[in-house]
Amino acid sequence: MDYGHSERAAGAPSLPTAVKILIAGGFGVGKTTLVGAVSETKPLRTEEVLTETGVGIDDLSGVEGKTTTTVAMDFGRITISDDLVLYLFGTPGQDRFWFVWDELALGAIGAVVLADTRRLADCFPSIDYFEERGTPFVVAVNCFDGARQYRLDEVQTALNLDPGVPMVLCDARRRESVRDVLVTLLEHAMKTWEARHGGIEG
Amino acid sequence: MAAEDGSAEDRWVDDHAGPVVRPYAMTGGRARPVTGTFDLISLVMATRSDAGGESGLGPEHLAIVALCQRMQSVAEIAAHLDLPVGTVRVLLGDLMARDLVRVRPPGGGAGVPDESVFEAVINGLRAL
Ligand SMILES: Nc1nc2c(ncn2[C@@H]2O[C@H](COP(=O)(O)OP(=O)(O)OP(=O)(O)O)[C@@H](O)[C@H]2O)c(=O)[nH]1
Ligand SMILES: [Mg+2]
Repeated sequence: MDYGHSERAAGAPSLPTAVKILIAGGFGVGKTTLVGAVSETKPLRTEEVLTETGVGIDDLSGVEGKTTTTVAMDFGRITISDDLVLYLFGTPGQDRFWFVWDELALGAIGAVVLADTRRLADCFPSIDYFEERGTPFVVAVNCFDGARQYRLDEVQTALNLDPGVPMVLCDARRRESVRDVLVTLLEHAMKTWEARHGGIEG
Repeated sequence: MAAEDGSAEDRWVDDHAGPVVRPYAMTGGRARPVTGTFDLISLVMATRSDAGGESGLGPEHLAIVALCQRMQSVAEIAAHLDLPVGTVRVLLGDLMARDLVRVRPPGGGAGVPDESVFEAVINGLRAL
């Protein structure tokens, strides 16, 4: 009955640090596939139940009461070391869930915007969001079977992308391909971080 | 208790909390944890192997303690127990108030990673 003694509290090893990366892009562009390709567990799904009052959804204005919406997020985990765990979160697609994005983006070390060349415009909102927020991001062009192959500079022009934003081709189903996308993102995020914190003026 | 307040059917729904109302009932209707803020990637570890002797805890509290024998993020707890994140936050607040869990906020506290974190992640990814 000695519930007072705790085996691990005293001198317990400190818990690792967790960091996260967001995977954004249009509906069906391969976000969950990308997470699953590198996650050590199969992608998990978590839900936030939101009360929509006060959220500022135009078409619901005037509607009072507790309308609730469920927003689902897929995520995966990569244990980097005993001290560090990386989580990858697929962002919920619908534009009206920006406030969920705000929670997800807080503290994120960077983001991958997945693009499908057959529906490039679908990733505009994600790009706008990360540009505005100052979250370092890369654009990964997911090469679907049967899609016309574009050159990256064509896509860059079409997206009106800052030349400083890295672009890569990827296959979201392949682990090595996704790994390369993530490494590109991390290198870019580190450079961005250094430029902001490293005392490099101008 | 005005009769106009709601149909008998509404009250029936309230009294017999079905799956939709269930998470709300688990937290006693509380929307916020009694203590702590729990980021989706805050890491949680149980401080004890078993919280069975604690009074005032529900089965979901005990399920979290059991799950967190191995370190889990808030998001993972929600996913594994199939509960909304908001519900898990409330339950974790109860557990933290009783020192039944330890919680580590993300990104080393300030929420912003430093250079060593970038390097470690890059090296870890290259090893995948
Ligand atoms: N050929 C090809 N198919 C892919 C690729 N990535 C994903 N797919 C397929 O595209 C479909 C959609 O992929 P998901 O990963 O579910 O896309 P998502 O972005 O998570 O979709 P939502 O969450 O519904 O917005 C699936 O059938 C995948 O198998 C890819 O790189 N190449
Ligand atoms: Mg998905």
